[in-house]
Amino acid sequence: MATLRINDAKAPATDRNGALIRAVNVCKSFELPDGNGIFTVLDNINLAVRPGEIVALLGRSGSGKSTLLRILAGLIPASSGDVFSSGRRVTGPNPDVTMVFQSFALLPWLTVQQNVELGLEAIGVPAKERQARALKAIDMVGLDGFESAYPKELSGGMRQRVGFARAFVKQPKVLFMDEPFSALDVLTAENLRGEISDLWEKGDFPAQSVLIVTHNIEEAVYLADRVIILGANPGRVRGEVVIDLPRPRDRSSRRYKELVDGIYIVMTNPDRDVTAAMAGVPPRRETPYPPLPHATVGGISGLLELLQERPELRDLPEISSTLQLATDDLLPIVDAAVMLGLAEVRQGDITLTDAGRAFATADIQTSKEIFRAQLLERVPTVKMLYNTLKEKPNGSMRAGFFLDILDEHFPREEAQHQFETAVDWGRYAELFEYDRGEDRLLLPVEVSELTD
Amino acid sequence: MTRLTFPTREALRRLPFTPADVAIIIGALALIVVVAYVGSTALVPFQPPDVLPEPISLDVIHLPYYLARSTLRMFIALFFSVLFTFTYGYVAAHSPRAERVLIPLLDILQSVPVLGFLSVTITFFIALFRGSLLGLEAASIFAIFTSQVWNMTFSFYHSLRTIPREQQEMARMFRLSRWQYFTKVEVPNSMIGLTWNTMMSFGGGWFFVAASEAISVLNQDYRLPGIGAYVTEAIDQQNFGALIAAIVAMAIMIILVDQLVWRPLIAWSQKFRNEQSEAHETPTSWVLNLWRAARLPSLISEALRPASEFVNRALSGTLAPKSAPMTQPRAAMPRWVDWVYNGLIVALVIGGAVVLIRFILGEVGLPEVGNTFVLGLITMLRVAVLTTVSTLIWAPVGVAIGFNPRLARLIQPVAQFLSAFPANFLFPFVTVALIATGISLNVGSILLMSLGAQWYILFNVIAGAQTIPSDLREMAANMGLRGWKLWRRLIIPGIFSAWVTGGITASGGAWNASIVAEVVSWGDTTLTATGLGAYIANATEVGDWPRIALGVGMMALFVVVLNRLFWRRLYALAESKYVL
Repeated sequence: MATLRINDAKAPATDRNGALIRAVNVCKSFELPDGNGIFTVLDNINLAVRPGEIVALLGRSGSGKSTLLRILAGLIPASSGDVFSSGRRVTGPNPDVTMVFQSFALLPWLTVQQNVELGLEAIGVPAKERQARALKAIDMVGLDGFESAYPKELSGGMRQRVGFARAFVKQPKVLFMDEPFSALDVLTAENLRGEISDLWEKGDFPAQSVLIVTHNIEEAVYLADRVIILGANPGRVRGEVVIDLPRPRDRSSRRYKELVDGIYIVMTNPDRDVTAAMAGVPPRRETPYPPLPHATVGGISGLLELLQERPELRDLPEISSTLQLATDDLLPIVDAAVMLGLAEVRQGDITLTDAGRAFATADIQTSKEIFRAQLLERVPTVKMLYNTLKEKPNGSMRAGFFLDILDEHFPREEAQHQFETAVDWGRYAELFEYDRGEDRLLLPVEVSELTD
Repeated sequence: MTRLTFPTREALRRLPFTPADVAIIIGALALIVVVAYVGSTALVPFQPPDVLPEPISLDVIHLPYYLARSTLRMFIALFFSVLFTFTYGYVAAHSPRAERVLIPLLDILQSVPVLGFLSVTITFFIALFRGSLLGLEAASIFAIFTSQVWNMTFSFYHSLRTIPREQQEMARMFRLSRWQYFTKVEVPNSMIGLTWNTMMSFGGGWFFVAASEAISVLNQDYRLPGIGAYVTEAIDQQNFGALIAAIVAMAIMIILVDQLVWRPLIAWSQKFRNEQSEAHETPTSWVLNLWRAARLPSLISEALRPASEFVNRALSGTLAPKSAPMTQPRAAMPRWVDWVYNGLIVALVIGGAVVLIRFILGEVGLPEVGNTFVLGLITMLRVAVLTTVSTLIWAPVGVAIGFNPRLARLIQPVAQFLSAFPANFLFPFVTVALIATGISLNVGSILLMSLGAQWYILFNVIAGAQTIPSDLREMAANMGLRGWKLWRRLIIPGIFSAWVTGGITASGGAWNASIVAEVVSWGDTTLTATGLGAYIANATEVGDWPRIALGVGMMALFVVVLNRLFWRRLYALAESKYVL
C-alpha cells in the first residue's frame, strides 16, 4: 500500500502566509420538513486555497462537494462559519472567482464570442477591449475560427472550451471547476484535461490557483497538488493528500499508481481510521435506518455476475474502467452489494461472499429468495416496510406513511430516494408490491390464493 | 486581430444592395405609407349622438381599407399586449409579494368574457376621448388586448420561473446586471413560448376585432370603419355577395400576416431553443431567409451598435445585480411588513365581497342571481355538448392525420388557419339555414359556437398523435391491439394531455362566443336562444349595467369553477400519469 501523507485538515486552514480563499468552520444544513430537526450537508469545513496551487475536492455523492464550491463562490450562503477571499469576508458572488460549470451553462442564443464577452460586459469593459480580450481567451482554448459559431454547432468538448474561455477572460484569482469534464465522453475529457494541465505547466495560466471539484480519483491525482478528501453524510473534510509528483505527470510511474490506489482505499472505506486519525471529527449520526446506496437491483446483480464470471477482476479502479462506469456510479452499487452481504471490499479489492456467489449462480427464483433473506436480515428500512405491512389486516399502507417516517431521518428529497430504493429492492424480492396510482404499498397476493 | 465576421473579399465585390435589399426596402416603404394613411383617418370628429362617422359602404372597393383599419387595430393591441406582458410578468416573477396577488388575479381576468364588458369600456373610452372617434377605436383595441394578453403574460411568467438553474448561477457568478439578465437570459428563455402563444392569441383576436367594431350600447349603434362593421352591415342589408367578399379578404389577410409576421418570427425564435443540439425539423420562412440574405438589416444594426452599446452600459450601470441572499438571508423585511401586507389583501377581498353582495341585493335581487345561474347551466350544457361532439368527430380524424406525417404537415396549418379565422363571419350562413329550416337557435347556437372552437381540438389532437412514438405503435400492432383496445391502451393515453389543452381552449372560446352566438340576426329577423350569452347580449343592448355586471360575473364564475374542478384535474392527471 502506498504511503500517504495525510495532513491534519484543521491546521493549514488558518495559515498566515496569505491564503487566497479560506473557509473557516463552514457548516451548511437544511431544516427537515415538519420540524423534524435539521439535516447537515456540510459539517465544520476548514480549508484554504493558496496562490499557485491546484486543489482538488474529492468526494462521493452526498459529500456536499458542489455545495461547498458554491459557498466558496458566494453563490449560496453558509449556515454558519465564514468564507474569506483575499482577506475579505465573502457576502455575495465572490469577485475573485470564476467558475467552469459541469453543464457548460452557455447561453445557446449567443455566439461563442458573445458568451465569452458576457462577464466582461457585466463589469462595464468597453466594447473594443472586450473584443480583444475575448479573442485572446478564445485563442488560448484553441477555438480560433469559431468566434461567430453558436454553441449548438459545437461538440461537447468544444462547448466546454467556451466555458473555460469565459472563465479565463476575467482573469480570476482562483478558477473554480465544478466537475468540468464529467459531461464529456472519455476521450474528449482526457484530451481537454491534458490541455488544461499543459496550460498550467506552461506558466501563463490566466488564474493564480485552481479549485476543482471531482469524484474521479485519477483526475484529482493527475491535476492537483493537494487532494482534499470529503466524507459523506454529513460532508466533512476527512483529510488531505499531497500529490508530490513532478509535472508533467507520468501516469505510468509507480508513485502515481500508488497514490491512486491509496486514495481508492480511503474512498471505499468511509469509516476507516483515516477518520479516526483526524482530531475532532464528529462521529456519524446514529440512525435506525442506515442510508441505502442508490443502486438498482439490476446494477447490483450485474456487478455480482461480472465478479462471478471473471474472478480475476477484483481491483475497483479496473472494474470501473472495464465497465466504463464513473466511480460515482460504481461506488453505490459496490456499497449496496456490501450492505446486502453479497460482497466484501478489502484494500480496494472486491470479492464475492458465499451468499453473493450463490446469488450470482442461482436461477431467478432462488436468487430472489437469497436477496429476500439478505434484505430482511441486513436492511432495516426494507424490514420496517415489510413488518408494517404484515401488521396491517389488509396488508396495505399508503406510501406517505413511510415517507413521514423516513422524513425524520433524511431531508425530503433524500427520503423520497430512500423510499424508492427500498421499494425497488423489496419489489424485486417479492416482499411487497407498490401501486403507483394509489401510491400504496401492499403485500403481494400469494400465487396459491390466486389459483384457489 | 482577425475576425471571421469581417466581410470576405468576395462579399466586398458584391453590389452594396442585393435583390433581397430591394424587396425589403419596397416592403418597408409600402408598410409605412399604408399605416400612415390608415392611422390618420382614425382622427375624424365624432360626437354621438349628433355627429357620426360615415356609414359603412358595402362597395368591395372599400374592403381593403376596412381590412387595413382592422389589422392596424390588431397590431396596436398586440403592441400593448407585449408591453403589458413584460411588465406584469416580470413583476410577478420577481416579487413574491406581488406574485401572491397578480397570479390569482390573472387567473380570474382570463376567465372574464371579453365581449361582456365591451359595453362598459366603450362608454368609458367615449367619455375619455370626447369628440373623436378615438374613443371607439380605443374600446375596440382594448377588447382585442384583453383577448390576447393574459395568455401571453402567463407564458412569459412561466418562462421566467423555469429558467435553468445553471444559467441563473452563471449569471450570478459573472455578476450580470439586471438589465443584462433580462435581455440575455430572461427574454431569450421566454422567446419560443411567448412567440407561439402570441401567434395563437393574435389568431383568436380576429374574432374580437370583428365583434367589437359594431356594437350597440344604450340602443345606439356604434360602427367603426373595419371589416367587422362591414360584415354587420352586410348582415343588416342581407347582402351575400359582400359577405363572401369579406370572408375572402379576411382569409387573405390571415395568410398574409402568417407569412409576413408569424412564420418569420417562429423560425427566428428557434435560435432560443435551450437544448444545445440541432433539432431535426426546424420551421423555416421565406421572409426570414430574405431578411437574412439582405445586407441592409445587418448594416443598420452595425451602425446602431455604438448607440445600443451606450444604452446597454447605461442601463447596466443603473440596474446593478441583485444583492446576494448571503448578506440578507431570507427575512430582509421584518415579519410585520408581511402581516400588514397580507392583512391589506384580505381587507380588500372582504371589502370587494361586501360591495358585491350589497350590489346584488340592492340592484338586482337574489331571484335574478338564481335566474342567471340557471341560464349559465344551460350555456354550460351547450359548451359540454360542443366539446363532446367535437371530440367524437375530430379525435379519430386528428389521430388518423397525426399518424400520417405527410398528411399532418399539410393539414396542421389548415387547422391552425381555421382556428384563427373569425367564426362570426360565418354566422350569417348558419343563421339563414336556421331560419329556412325552422330549427331553434337553442340547438343551432351550439353549431355557431363550434364554428370557431372545434379547430383547437383538431389541431391539438393532431399534435398529440404525432408525439406517440412509432415504436409504441409498432408494439401495439405486434401485440395485435386493434379497435377500441388500441384506443384505450395507446391512443387515448397518448393524446390525452394534448386533448386537454385543446379542450380548455375550445371551451373557453365557446363561452366567449356564446355572447354573440345566442342572439343572431339576418336582416330584420332576430333569433334568440335561452342562455347566459343571450342574457349578457340583451343587457348590453339596452345598457342595463347591473345586469351586464351580473351576467359577466356569473359567466366568469362558471369558467373559473369549471377550470378548477374539471380541466385543472384532468391536466394534473395528464401531467402525472400520461406523460410520454
